[in-house]
Amino acid sequence: MKKILVFLLTVLTFSAQAAESAEGGEFNPGEMISHHIGDDYTWHFADGVVLPLPVILYGENGLDVFLASKFYNEHHEVQPYNGYVMEHGHIYYANEEGEPRTKVNEKGEVEPVGPMDFSITKNVASLFLSVLLLFLVFFSIAGAYSKNRGKAPRGMQSFFEPIIVFIRDDIAKTNIGPKYERFMPYLLTVFFFIWFNNLLGLLPGGANLTGNIAVTLVLALLTLLLTVFNGNKSYWGHIFATPGVPKWLAPIMIPVEVIGIFTKPFSLMVRLFANITAGHIIILSLFSLIFIFQSIAIGPLSVAFATFMNFLELFVALLQAYIFTLLSAMYFGGAVEEHDHHDDMGFGDGPHAAQAHH
Amino acid sequence: MQLVTPGIGLLFWQTITFLVVLFLLSKFAWKPIMKALREREDNIDAALTMAEKAKLEMQALKADNERLLTEARAERDRILKDATDAATTLVEGARTKANEEGQRMIEQARVSIQNEKKAALTEVKNLAATLSIDIAEKLLRRELQDEQAQRALVQSYLQDTHLS
Repeated sequence: MKKILVFLLTVLTFSAQAAESAEGGEFNPGEMISHHIGDDYTWHFADGVVLPLPVILYGENGLDVFLASKFYNEHHEVQPYNGYVMEHGHIYYANEEGEPRTKVNEKGEVEPVGPMDFSITKNVASLFLSVLLLFLVFFSIAGAYSKNRGKAPRGMQSFFEPIIVFIRDDIAKTNIGPKYERFMPYLLTVFFFIWFNNLLGLLPGGANLTGNIAVTLVLALLTLLLTVFNGNKSYWGHIFATPGVPKWLAPIMIPVEVIGIFTKPFSLMVRLFANITAGHIIILSLFSLIFIFQSIAIGPLSVAFATFMNFLELFVALLQAYIFTLLSAMYFGGAVEEHDHHDDMGFGDGPHAAQAHH
Repeated sequence: MQLVTPGIGLLFWQTITFLVVLFLLSKFAWKPIMKALREREDNIDAALTMAEKAKLEMQALKADNERLLTEARAERDRILKDATDAATTLVEGARTKANEEGQRMIEQARVSIQNEKKAALTEVKNLAATLSIDIAEKLLRRELQDEQAQRALVQSYLQDTHLS
């Protein structure tokens, strides 16, 4: 365990150094960190161990597919290729000087223009890797269930079974109620997807996939769609005619409730993105201290803090997966819950009681 | 700013990949796993219920046995008591009968003694009468041997008898 940790930290340190040497000259921690938490067209495992990934572009020239290594010459310097140029982790159309082509947008700002970028970037590659891992793990577990039917779980099965049962009993059943079953596939998939990707992101050289807003956006959007499309009469009733609220308040209540539909998944999106990205930034900052102070004395301290942070991040990886799943389940629960028998919420003069009096 | 601007590439790949993962895992992993889990839980539930039932049955059986034993014991006690009672009654009856018989015999004896006594007395009386008459005859015969005496007697009778 200790050896693995030391190895881990060494590799992390090396990749930090690599970033430094790549930038050349003065060490810029901000640049190094944003490079690490951002996306990339190559997968930089360690200094010199670089996997170029396929670039897929769609724009003026139609569909273009080539390896990202084409953007580098033999001296590892960036060069334009095929009318495209790579700058700051983005691909733009190249002009005659080999610089990104620019245009003036509606606000009067100059901005570079580029094609639509569907490249298999580092994040996408990491996504595929995590999917492979998910399939490997859960198909084998499903196989184990059919193989020793009705028997006690064993091996990987017995590690994941309590988690699956926990998601079913303590997340789905308690928050959704009797209709929990239809949400189980989504909840299980989203939990393990986030958890696996959080852990992969903690590996040295790993991608910051769950700390990317596009990924969390898609996940939150799915939760939103599932909530809205499963919303029953009382769910919409609570939004457009909140029980216990006088009718004249509707012009205020309805916009607030409608905004509420969107703020919930929005918070899911930001929470996951921010937590994972912040964790990466903290660990990288701690390592940057060594290079900022340029002192070997700061090393052990920095490593100790980073080790502590790494353990914390292992916990956060699980926690964030849990929170995302739990909150999704709560939103689903709100959408499918039957409110009819406690509409008045204990207030005797709710709308139904008032109608009964007249 | 770049950090919070979702890129179209990753949006595209994430959407497609996640939906595929959701579909495949639901079909080939979650469905069989959830089914197996439910089956196993049902089995365990059924086994527990059965064990509980068996326990109850055992208890019922034991209670039944206990009851039978108690009943048998009560039956035995009852039979014993009956037998004792019967014996007592028998003895009592025999004694009463014997007593009655004795009493009856005594009574009979007494009656017969009485009768005998009466008969004897009658006999004695008769005998005494006969004897008296005989004696009287003998006496009279001796008295009335002379004429005078007879006359005197007749006279006395006549005097006693008031002619009317």
